[in-house]
Amino acid sequence: MIEIKNINKFFDDTQVLFDINGKFLPGQANLIIGSSGTGKTVLLKCIVGLLIPDEGSVYFDGRDFHNSSRSEIQDLRREIGMLFQGGALFDSKNVEENVGFPLDMRTHMPKNEKLDRINFVLNRLGLNNTNKKMPSELSGGMKKRVALARAIVNNSKYLFCDEPNSGLDPQTAIVIDHLIQEITEEFNITTIVVTHDMNSVMEIGDYVMFMYKGRILWEGPNTDILNAEVRELQDFVYSNKLMSALKEQSS
Amino acid sequence: MKMLGKYFIFLQSLFVKREAFNTYIRLTIDECIKVGIDSIFIVVIISTFIGAVTAVQTAYNFITPLIPRYVISLIVRDMTLLELAPTITAIVFAGKVGSNIAGELGTMRISEQIDALEVMGINSSSFLVLPKILACILMYPLLVILAGFLSILGGYIAATLTGEMTPSEYIYGIRVDFIEYNVTFALIKSVVFAFLISSISAFTGYYTSGGALEVGRASTKAVTSSCIAILSADYLLAQLLL
Repeated sequence: MIEIKNINKFFDDTQVLFDINGKFLPGQANLIIGSSGTGKTVLLKCIVGLLIPDEGSVYFDGRDFHNSSRSEIQDLRREIGMLFQGGALFDSKNVEENVGFPLDMRTHMPKNEKLDRINFVLNRLGLNNTNKKMPSELSGGMKKRVALARAIVNNSKYLFCDEPNSGLDPQTAIVIDHLIQEITEEFNITTIVVTHDMNSVMEIGDYVMFMYKGRILWEGPNTDILNAEVRELQDFVYSNKLMSALKEQSS
Repeated sequence: MKMLGKYFIFLQSLFVKREAFNTYIRLTIDECIKVGIDSIFIVVIISTFIGAVTAVQTAYNFITPLIPRYVISLIVRDMTLLELAPTITAIVFAGKVGSNIAGELGTMRISEQIDALEVMGINSSSFLVLPKILACILMYPLLVILAGFLSILGGYIAATLTGEMTPSEYIYGIRVDFIEYNVTFALIKSVVFAFLISSISAFTGYYTSGGALEVGRASTKAVTSSCIAILSADYLLAQLLL
């Protein structure tokens, strides 16, 4: 479980996160949603330690991330996997080397065992026979899947996904969403997904946190989101025509 | 001053929370190939022509018969050792390797590859930059030795083919009044220049923010800053060591 308490973040004099609190449970897809510029990615980066919050704490199963020693943080990071918006695959390495990179750096696994693990993860994500391909030879969806494979290859306990389906067609986006959900349930991972895609929210949002201008305005399961009585959330949810049409039809 | 402070903090970060020693050996060898072997061609071309041009232009300026002809090769030798081989090659090296380092790190930064390393608990600056600096410090002096040899050879070819000097005059000129310390001086300069080029370029690339446009700017800035640093260090070293 990941718990965040009273997170505040400033960039110079501008406050971008206001007293954020929340609990993200393992085995379920936890989504942070909101429009662009509301501070979702900043919050995610504060949680994974890419940014240091000016106030507040982040607890990974009770371990205070930002107040831990360097070696404790390093140990904790070994349990973290992250899927970046653009995949962030290493251009100079092929798929196998990209996926095996965390194992190379963080384990003393024998070569054969390492290869078995890489192949297991690649097969699990439907990436058979792509081992020797370079990132430039992959489609957007495949890149995301390779990045996801790299994020979980080390048996990560915590998975973070920043806009996992941005730039993907709706079908591929759903495939990625379902993979994230399946992996989360299968390996009992604590997963946090940052997205502004309502399809993702409705597909996999076990727990949804809605952010608006650096504040959390609503949280709950996706089943409640359509009836939530928060104007900003209603504006966000029904900003696309499909959702508006569904609302009109149901009413 | 703020940038200078940030640069020194960046250099310090290379040695904090490092990876295992073996990791750096493998990465440094890879970088040696990229910065050293891949630079040989341009160094060969430039140093040979610079030596040839120096010989021809020195001969052109020697209009009095009172100065013996072997002085031409003596001048080629001393100019090569003191300035042309270490400094001109450094400018070329900054243009080729410096811009490459800044571009590579800048692209890694904007495509979140550096963030990916950080999330994995890897000290990204140490992992990415230290091997590049080590490779430059190892390979650049070798390139300078090659450049020095080829520059003197270029001068020999130009001077003898144009009939300005006989081969024996040229050989005599490069051997007369030879000061061994000049070679040491050239190698000291090469190590300093290699460090400056690699660290400044890496610093510029590592802190790139924005998009493709900023990566291009970072490459240009890396070359410009490296050239200024090279020439400043050149003057300081000449004052201090000669």
